[in-house]
Amino acid sequence: MPETQTSPRADLLPLSQRSGLVKPGIIGALTIAALAVPLSFNDYWINSIMIPMLVMGIAGVGLNLLMGFTGCVSIGSAAFMAVGAFSAYNLLLRVPVLPLPVVIILAGLIAAVFGVLFGLPSLRIKGFYLAASTLGAQFFFEWLFTNFSWFCNDNLSLTITAPRLELFGMDLKSVHGRYMIVSVTTLALVALAYSIVRSRIGREWIAVSDMETSATVIGIKVRARKLLAFGISSFYCGIAGVLWGFCYLQTSNAHSFDLDKSFEILFIVIIGGTASIFGNFIGAAFIVLTPIFLNLAVVGLGLTEHVNIGITTNLQRVLFGAMIVYILIKEPDGLYKLLQRAAAALSGACRRLRVTA
Amino acid sequence: MYLRQLSYALLAAVLVSTSLQAVFAAGAHEGEQFYPLFTYRTGPYANVGTSIVAGQKDMLDYLNETEGGVNGVLNYMVECETSYDIDKGIECFDRYVGGHQGAPTATITGMSSGLFAATVERNRKHKMPHMTPGGGTATAIDGRFNEYQFSVMFDYWREAQIVVEYIAQRLGGHDKLKDQVIVTLYHDSGYGRETITPMKMLSEQYGFKDVQIPVAHPGIQQEAQWQRIRNEKADWVFFRSWGAMTPVGIKTAKRTGFPVDHIIGDIWATSEDDVRPAGDAAIGYTGVNIFPPGTDYELLKRIKETLYDKGKGDLKEMERFGTVYYNFGVITSLIYSEVLRTGHTKFGNRPITGEEAKWAYENLNIDQARLEDIGAVGLLAPLKLSRCNHQGESIQAKVIQWAGDGWDSTDWIEIDTQLFVPIFTAKAEELAKEQGVPKRDLPECEA
Repeated sequence: MPETQTSPRADLLPLSQRSGLVKPGIIGALTIAALAVPLSFNDYWINSIMIPMLVMGIAGVGLNLLMGFTGCVSIGSAAFMAVGAFSAYNLLLRVPVLPLPVVIILAGLIAAVFGVLFGLPSLRIKGFYLAASTLGAQFFFEWLFTNFSWFCNDNLSLTITAPRLELFGMDLKSVHGRYMIVSVTTLALVALAYSIVRSRIGREWIAVSDMETSATVIGIKVRARKLLAFGISSFYCGIAGVLWGFCYLQTSNAHSFDLDKSFEILFIVIIGGTASIFGNFIGAAFIVLTPIFLNLAVVGLGLTEHVNIGITTNLQRVLFGAMIVYILIKEPDGLYKLLQRAAAALSGACRRLRVTA
Repeated sequence: MYLRQLSYALLAAVLVSTSLQAVFAAGAHEGEQFYPLFTYRTGPYANVGTSIVAGQKDMLDYLNETEGGVNGVLNYMVECETSYDIDKGIECFDRYVGGHQGAPTATITGMSSGLFAATVERNRKHKMPHMTPGGGTATAIDGRFNEYQFSVMFDYWREAQIVVEYIAQRLGGHDKLKDQVIVTLYHDSGYGRETITPMKMLSEQYGFKDVQIPVAHPGIQQEAQWQRIRNEKADWVFFRSWGAMTPVGIKTAKRTGFPVDHIIGDIWATSEDDVRPAGDAAIGYTGVNIFPPGTDYELLKRIKETLYDKGKGDLKEMERFGTVYYNFGVITSLIYSEVLRTGHTKFGNRPITGEEAKWAYENLNIDQARLEDIGAVGLLAPLKLSRCNHQGESIQAKVIQWAGDGWDSTDWIEIDTQLFVPIFTAKAEELAKEQGVPKRDLPECEA
């Protein structure tokens, strides 16, 4: 995987140069989207499309901070989602005085602590070997949460359900309430991510990922920066886990955060674009929406009447895989880059039109 | 160049949105009853899922063919593929809970215990019953706390009772259980662990020695466990297995010299797909069963006549007809269609909504006479639900034994249904309190 993060810096530059325009634009668009969507879409769209897309996008941001910016590969992201979800569950249950936002942040912090712990091997090993050691986190937490029923309050079926989702006495268990939690959290985390990558920390991360030795030479504390990346990355994943468990699934268990989920996050980062923030949401949209659209298209075109749905489902997978391969060949820097170029081409065309007119 | 790509993207978007419109177009199936089929024709349990959905579909197609649906209300079915994945199942739930093309949904049958547990909140919100025969959670049987959850027929606590009852029958009396050693070899998951408490309680009641041995998922290495079973001098093994763990366990038992006919499999570990991969080692293997296999039931004969003899029917391989999982599908749709009939007695012969279906579930009574009418004697035990009891007022199961090319079977074994009820109620109450779910005010249940 390290080969794909060709030059994160080249990706960042145009962003920081044009940040005066791009950043407020994106934030503004997101804010409008967050406020407008619940009013216009029906439950299905919010529940099954918007919420999972935003939550997986947050997890993507988390992994991207670690992988895209700092250059440490991890395939244990879902484990930290599980830590977040189970921490939030136990905090809500056992410390009922805590308000929801505090619980979400605390759950993220607990995930961050474990992230730093499992990030320790990164001080010695790199690349593929580091990926293998993060895999350890994946198996460890799945084992922990299935074998010690204390974590799910001795529930017979080992599942956790959000005990309460409320803020200032408002019940947020409805679709719109859950969507508000997710969208507000997303906005806050995206803003935080932008300010981190554009700060000294972000620049030092990029230096570390470009070449560790030279980063050391210019006085960057490589070890501290790597551990910080693990911590912040897990913080994001932990919060994504809380939202996934309580605002999307509403009832989850350790297997809701299995290795498949980790790979899904990895694909979101690669397809969306390494070393980008907004790209993760495009990647998440692609991963979450494409299978649903393909499936709906099959139903809509009336193919189910004639063809066995098992066959069409397998065909959808083939098509989905082919799309991923095609995108990676055509645009190794991800969909975000593709979109940027498309926008540039469009504005160029407009300019030419104006000139000729 | 990017303009071209953009126009491709636009074209794709137009295509997708038109097909979406077709999907959500209202009215095309008005006056029909919608039934979303949660399938797993792909993924790790595809062989099981393919048989189940074929049974579900065939049963309702049979009713569509012979009486134009249930009481003349046509069943409109659309499949939604979950691959036995909870996330996908939830997406299917949200997609179809509100009905489809003008036909209302009356029941969700997610065909997965995980999904059953994951949608509790959604069922309540949409007032949509979720039915799962044989699966689900034991705590869901109390209607005061689980208004829309119907885990009908069975649960793993009762399975433990059936197993002990069956062993007592084989030994010739409950008093003979005293010096027996019963090992529970379980899949180490929420599902597998459900029998730890009931087996402990039963061992205290009957005086047998209870030994619990876990097997980690996926369970394709069991040498150590079966060695321990030998050392414990086990008389019986209650095999709470799932998936690939089952044939591996049967073969390992054979190798270590444990008699296969003293293994009693779980309901999800006793099907053709479990014993066939184990080959000859599985001959004599027994297991608990609530979806009796076989093709001799009147109902199955009628399905074959109506569908397969005319080149219809969902199965591609006829040898799956009458297997445990195919019959599971038939039974699921049979219960569902009886629920619709019950609903029609109150609301008239028209498509019913989820909330109306809930009333129908709570007044469902499939008695012996009705079973004879349907031609399902022996296929399904009488099933009577109420507002208090969402599982069944009598609990019955068979124990079947693999003969190499088919199954031998005991008759229905009945157990004391009251034994674990106080525990279920206490647990349900605790869970409801934890989640802030209001208790339904049902005076008749407060006995």
